Amino acid sequence: MSDQLYQERIVALAKAKTGAGKLENPTRTVRRDNPLCGDRVILDVRLDGEGRIAEIGHQVRGCLLCQASASALSAVAVGRDAAGVAELRRDAERALGREPGETHEPFDAFAPVAAHKARQDCVLLPLEALKDALS
Amino acid sequence: MSFDVAAVRGQFPILSEIIDGLPVHYLDNGASAQTPLTVIDAVRRYETTGRANVLRGVHRLAERATEAYENARAQVASFLGVPTMEIVFTGGCTAAINLVAFSYGALLKPGDRILLSELEHHSNIVPWQLLRSRSGVELDMLPVTTDGRIDLSALPRLVTPKTKFVSLAHVSNVTGALLDVRTVVEAAKAVGAKVMLDGAQRAPHGPLDLPSLGIDFYAFSGHKAYGPNGIGVLWGRSELMDAMPPFMGGGSMIGRVTLAETTWAPSPRRFEAGTPPIGPAIGLGAACAWMQALDWAGAHEHEMDLVQRLMDGLQKIDGTQIFGPAGLQNRYPVVSFMLDGVHPHDVAQTLDSFGVAVRAGHHCAQPLMDRFDLDGTTRVSMAPYNDNSDIDALLAGVAHAAKTLR
Repeated sequence: MSDQLYQERIVALAKAKTGAGKLENPTRTVRRDNPLCGDRVILDVRLDGEGRIAEIGHQVRGCLLCQASASALSAVAVGRDAAGVAELRRDAERALGREPGETHEPFDAFAPVAAHKARQDCVLLPLEALKDALS
Repeated sequence: MSFDVAAVRGQFPILSEIIDGLPVHYLDNGASAQTPLTVIDAVRRYETTGRANVLRGVHRLAERATEAYENARAQVASFLGVPTMEIVFTGGCTAAINLVAFSYGALLKPGDRILLSELEHHSNIVPWQLLRSRSGVELDMLPVTTDGRIDLSALPRLVTPKTKFVSLAHVSNVTGALLDVRTVVEAAKAVGAKVMLDGAQRAPHGPLDLPSLGIDFYAFSGHKAYGPNGIGVLWGRSELMDAMPPFMGGGSMIGRVTLAETTWAPSPRRFEAGTPPIGPAIGLGAACAWMQALDWAGAHEHEMDLVQRLMDGLQKIDGTQIFGPAGLQNRYPVVSFMLDGVHPHDVAQTLDSFGVAVRAGHHCAQPLMDRFDLDGTTRVSMAPYNDNSDIDALLAGVAHAAKTLR
């Protein structure tokens, strides 16, 4: 049921707004839209000399799940390269029940979304955007 | 006698379902309406006692199928107040608009202008953009007022002798606003432009008298009008339809085929290539008959009572804002709103936990959302079978979302 979808941890992640806002001098800026629901994520990343994320900022025009995911991602993205971000993506996929295996903080918070297939892209949109930013 | 909503509800089996312990409060009729038993029975009758292809077979099942299919055409024509042979069955409202954009569009020349509006559904924008890229026509857009109506004060500026075609929503799928058709037709006819209305959101609210509107084409979809999906209707004046080239080629739409060349059947056959959606057409015929038998004066008053109840209730919830006409005049029961600090999808998801079905998002009207810088809206779209309990459940859900999600 929907009430179970909006569990405290997801709402808390969205309200925390970790990483919300623009960066001053981003190395890259990417925008991703979900054409079905209209969610939109703009990500700024600043990379260090070795292609690792030094700083991340996000602007989300989207639902609570998309906001919570961007916030969760921003909390753990710094220091990761493309392979490290891919691992976060796999963790999110596991939380959503798309892949087997154990899931970890912070994306384990999205386990309730496993039962709501139509909403899973909302969670994955920020991860897609970050993948674009590092490719 | 007042409108008997309980008697209407009783004809829709799904409305008495209990799903996951919750009743069905169905307020997403603008996306797809529910279907009454009489429609289900008509489709079942065709599938179980008269299933065959139409028009060509001589056996008795083929004759039964053909008769039922053509009776459905007559029923739809009666619903719209037009001659039977001016009705073309299509795959949907989108297909009907695409048909006109392609086939009437083929008669237009580079530099000819087509007038649309900023509140159109994507299905009344994209087919014209496709035509523009094929043939060099130009598109003009009527603006939208802050209360969600097409701004007809821009007609004198945008309708010029270059304007050849006007295609507008009869009722907005986002705001519920009813178009002032007379004013549009007057402006269009003054320059000889043809007028099409997208009736997807109007047709489900009662029979029409299209000739009195002075328009040239009308499109609507079956599944929003209590019929099956996979079926839509295009009405067009026969003198225009017979001048238009086909949209798709295949069986049924020909006069004579040789390897060298092919001649076309007259409309409507010209535009019904291949085996048509026979069962869905029969179902839609039954849906039109059902609508024609309903007390629409009573139904409309009932629908407007629901709109008022909804608007009054939303105004009591802090941070709600209605996007669309504030009053009950010249509108249909489609109401969009925003809840400050809560995304429309989260409102809709919360409502689902109250058994309430609504639509949230851009409603296939992204240019309208862009114009007003909206993330989207939550849309409540009503039908005659909705009742106060549906509105009250929705209001309880919105209040819950306001309390828990911001």
